[in-house]
Amino acid sequence: MSKYLKTIVFAFVVCAVADPTLADKLGLGRAALPAEVAAWDLDINALGEGLPSGSGDALVGEEIFSEKCAACHGDFAEGIDNWPKLAGGVDTLDHEDPLKTVGSYWPYLTTAYDYIKRSMPYGNAGSLTDDEVYAIVAYILYSNDLIEDDFVLSDENFLAFEMPNAKGFVVDDRETTEYAIWSDVPCMKNCKDTVEITMRALVLDVTPDQVGVFTTDVVAGVVEEVLEPEVESPTLDLKLVADGEKVFKKCKSCHQVGDRAKNKSGPILNGVLNYAAGSVEGFRYSRAMKAVAEGGLIWTSEELVAFLAKPKTYLKGTKMSFGGLRKEVDQIAVIEYLKTFSR
Amino acid sequence: MSKNNPFKQSRRSFLSGSVVVGVGAMASGSVRAQTADPLITEPQEWVQSFGDGVDATPYGLPIKYEGGVVRRNVEWLTADQVSSINFTPIHALDGTITPQGCAFERHHSGAIDLSKKNYRLMINGLVDTPLVFTYEDLERFPRENHIYFCECAANTGMEWAGAQLNGVQFTHGMIHNMEYTGVPLRLLLEEAGYDTTGKWVFVEGADASSNGRSIPMDKALDDVLVAFKANGEALRKEHGYPVRLVVPGWEGNMWVKWIRRIEVTNSPVESREETSKYTDTLSDGVSRKWTWAMDAKSVVTSPSPQAPIRHGSGPLVVTGLAWSGHGRITRVDVSKDGGKTWETARLAKPGERMALTRFYLDINWDGSEMLLQSRAMDENGYVQPTKTQLRDVRGLNSIYHNNCIQTWWVRENGEAENVEVS
Repeated sequence: MSKYLKTIVFAFVVCAVADPTLADKLGLGRAALPAEVAAWDLDINALGEGLPSGSGDALVGEEIFSEKCAACHGDFAEGIDNWPKLAGGVDTLDHEDPLKTVGSYWPYLTTAYDYIKRSMPYGNAGSLTDDEVYAIVAYILYSNDLIEDDFVLSDENFLAFEMPNAKGFVVDDRETTEYAIWSDVPCMKNCKDTVEITMRALVLDVTPDQVGVFTTDVVAGVVEEVLEPEVESPTLDLKLVADGEKVFKKCKSCHQVGDRAKNKSGPILNGVLNYAAGSVEGFRYSRAMKAVAEGGLIWTSEELVAFLAKPKTYLKGTKMSFGGLRKEVDQIAVIEYLKTFSR
Repeated sequence: MSKNNPFKQSRRSFLSGSVVVGVGAMASGSVRAQTADPLITEPQEWVQSFGDGVDATPYGLPIKYEGGVVRRNVEWLTADQVSSINFTPIHALDGTITPQGCAFERHHSGAIDLSKKNYRLMINGLVDTPLVFTYEDLERFPRENHIYFCECAANTGMEWAGAQLNGVQFTHGMIHNMEYTGVPLRLLLEEAGYDTTGKWVFVEGADASSNGRSIPMDKALDDVLVAFKANGEALRKEHGYPVRLVVPGWEGNMWVKWIRRIEVTNSPVESREETSKYTDTLSDGVSRKWTWAMDAKSVVTSPSPQAPIRHGSGPLVVTGLAWSGHGRITRVDVSKDGGKTWETARLAKPGERMALTRFYLDINWDGSEMLLQSRAMDENGYVQPTKTQLRDVRGLNSIYHNNCIQTWWVRENGEAENVEVS
């Protein structure tokens, strides 16, 4: 080996150690194909990198929002129950219980596009077209009184839009504001003159009932075992029930079943089969549903199948913002599953 | 379809029952037994015949008497169960390792069913070669074992404005501590040939929420693990099976479950989870972001509201947990009088980096009321603050990163309550 070659080899070794990108590789994995990267690399950062071309306005956005988002976020993006409120709250951040919404809190509009495109609608993530997302984002801005309803939001003007709270964030400063003052040698004796109880959790009484939490076999007789075997009705098709349970995943974000079921954005579905429509206590039905309920509609298998197939065609004005179960086998299976929950 | 709860004992009926038991126990504590204990003098069924054979439970679960030691949730906290959280029963655990089966869960769109066969991990962005790994590929990298705590940034968050939830499971149970087996993220980045100008990695999960987060490259290269085992066995579905990210000492939201993509980038994405959530709004309306490391914190787990003293006065084990996202716990002090006087507790083992540390204070309880507190210190000299100290700096509107000193008011009958003190 010539002296010259040795030098080259030496230089290469030094490089390999110093540069992590040239570290020993194991040759594991395979190169990702461009189509694969394109399918998964959908994030859009605060600089707008990744924004697809497209556009939409609040008028179009309102229609889409009403159909696909309003069941949880409310018709005016005001939020239903515990679901996120997307509008309002400007100038409340320094008040007691600030209202943090897209309009009042979010520093970047790109975050809204990124999140809605990838993770919404809840239960059907990633199903919106690029233009639909632009329209929905426009509607949320409109709901926050930040644009007019005919303003066309697009990839061209998206970054020019400054959010009201864009300058409302500072990078973690605990090192100076907290760590510096909480590092003294701690007091061990006579640290304060008096100690008073200033607040008690039991007064609030918001802790969940903890059935069973205190039971251990140390305290004899406290554990009362109630292990009743589950009784399945012999008329049920268990295979169909299992299939229906899977189909019901599509319904779960709005409807609950079982002993602990509560009304969510949709009513409890315990015992719905052959029961009067619009009769679940405490649920606020649409006008359309109230009308057919007064008309004496009973949820027979036939009526349920028709409703589930095309909700908005079956009952114009229903609050149920669900596209429908197209397959007959799914409709039948989910009804069989619902039979297992009685009122 | 509903499961019958085997423990249909209401809390109220237990509490009334416990007083009777407590008094009985107190009376007999140091007194000589008057009658022979039939458990000793009478032949018992388990002494004469057989127990279960092997394979009665191919994968064992806790015995029925421990059926109350389970994760629990607070329904009013969230709109929906699939985007929600539950709590580890830390009042009933000891040592430091959290069994997977009762370790808290936090999902943003439910725990998904993803098999090893269907698992793919992509590394792309500023790399020489974007790569795709299968689960089997990951198992061929050199791997490491580390014990780390994972604490949700919202742990104790409901207590900011005042004492709310009466149980350490609910006030401090968004935490677990497991031994992880996995591949250092650094090795995967090197395999793809990452560009050293890239300052961040963006990580996301395979679930519908994707829960994307930006992590500074320094941390990614330091100690982040791409983990596939916890406490020796595969991750549970609810903790990200088959593969999750482990980000030692940093808020749980960054520990992306079902991790499917890691992108080397020049700037942070500023995703929903790192702007609208997990940021701390101060009293002047300005919010802190990128508050990733979890500051030193501790809590007495027993006695506590869910773990009252039942044996009356005399020897009492006061115990709890301490942890710091900045390193090792070096000391824990305990106060019985609401912070007037403190004594240093015994650490079961020397503190380990970014892992739970168990502490004990063995006392002779005189049966009088106590205002129990604990105060952790870490290797950087940081001292866990009181709630008042925290509020003085951050105000009342914060939610996340509440590491204040907790107070339990232990009554003469042994019952304990979550309180705030002056």
